[in-house]
Amino acid sequence: MSGGTSEYSIAADGSFTAPLELSYPYKRTVGPILSRFLTGLRDQRIEGTKGSDGRVHVPPAEFDPITGDHLTEWVDVASTGTIVTWSWQPAPVEGNTLQHPFAWALISLDGADTNLLHAVDAGSADAIKTGMRVTARWAAEPSGSITDIVCFDLTSGSPA
Amino acid sequence: MSDDVLRIRTPISIKYQYSAGPRVSSHLLGLMDGRFVGKRCPVCELVYMPPRNGTCAKCGALLGEDVEVGQRGTITTFCVVNVPFLGQTIKIPYVSATILLDGADMGMQHLIQEVDAADVRMGMRVEPVWRPREEWQPSLENVMHFRPTGEPDAPFDSYAGHL
Repeated sequence: MSGGTSEYSIAADGSFTAPLELSYPYKRTVGPILSRFLTGLRDQRIEGTKGSDGRVHVPPAEFDPITGDHLTEWVDVASTGTIVTWSWQPAPVEGNTLQHPFAWALISLDGADTNLLHAVDAGSADAIKTGMRVTARWAAEPSGSITDIVCFDLTSGSPA
Repeated sequence: MSDDVLRIRTPISIKYQYSAGPRVSSHLLGLMDGRFVGKRCPVCELVYMPPRNGTCAKCGALLGEDVEVGQRGTITTFCVVNVPFLGQTIKIPYVSATILLDGADMGMQHLIQEVDAADVRMGMRVEPVWRPREEWQPSLENVMHFRPTGEPDAPFDSYAGHL
């Protein structure tokens, strides 16, 4: 943990204010399932795990939601998909992959049965609709992280 | 396999604009001036130093007038730190003490130096050693540590009600 005050000011009523930043430099191991998923992203490949009911989980589930067993069967899915629902982010914050207004969307990738949350670079809230088709935009310098997908772009000619 | 992603960094941070409020502000501004400024409870007349968040723990009243206390004070209780820990910057053994500044009714925590840890005792009279003025911030860290004044120890009865 770190924090600190260095620049302070005194308001007209005599009260004292200062910027205070509290930060934690977390790092963690990801385990075998997310390791394979993130390693795949680095190679522009999206993989999910198949559950006992045949559903393909993307991001991959580590354990079967029904039986609780370890999931070991992997399935490649597409880097294209469909917007299931979305919410507009008018003011991006530090750490967002896009620094202009964008949509957070649940995306059903082709071949997957669960939804992936990611950013969609739609330009404006008027331009995005549930059901639109999207395509992953890959990072120029992948690092083995979910941000190796910078965002999804609306596929041109996308049916609304 | 050895090239696989095994760990990720996920730092988080929150940026605040901290506002001390009027009661703690005079304390912080006093520290910028090398003074210890506490506040008196208008009901029970206890002097808080530091002035907490502005209310009396005993009466619940809003603290009132500024009271300058110190600079000298008396060690009421203390702890000898013998355990090394990550990030430790002071050579062990060292003493962390509760110091009752003259005129205050609340002890405050600070470091005792310039004395052998074995010689520190309840009732010992101490004074602050301030950092160079150009390094002062609105913080109790302006005081590097307290050290013995060499005065006779304060009698137990003088601080018995403040333990």
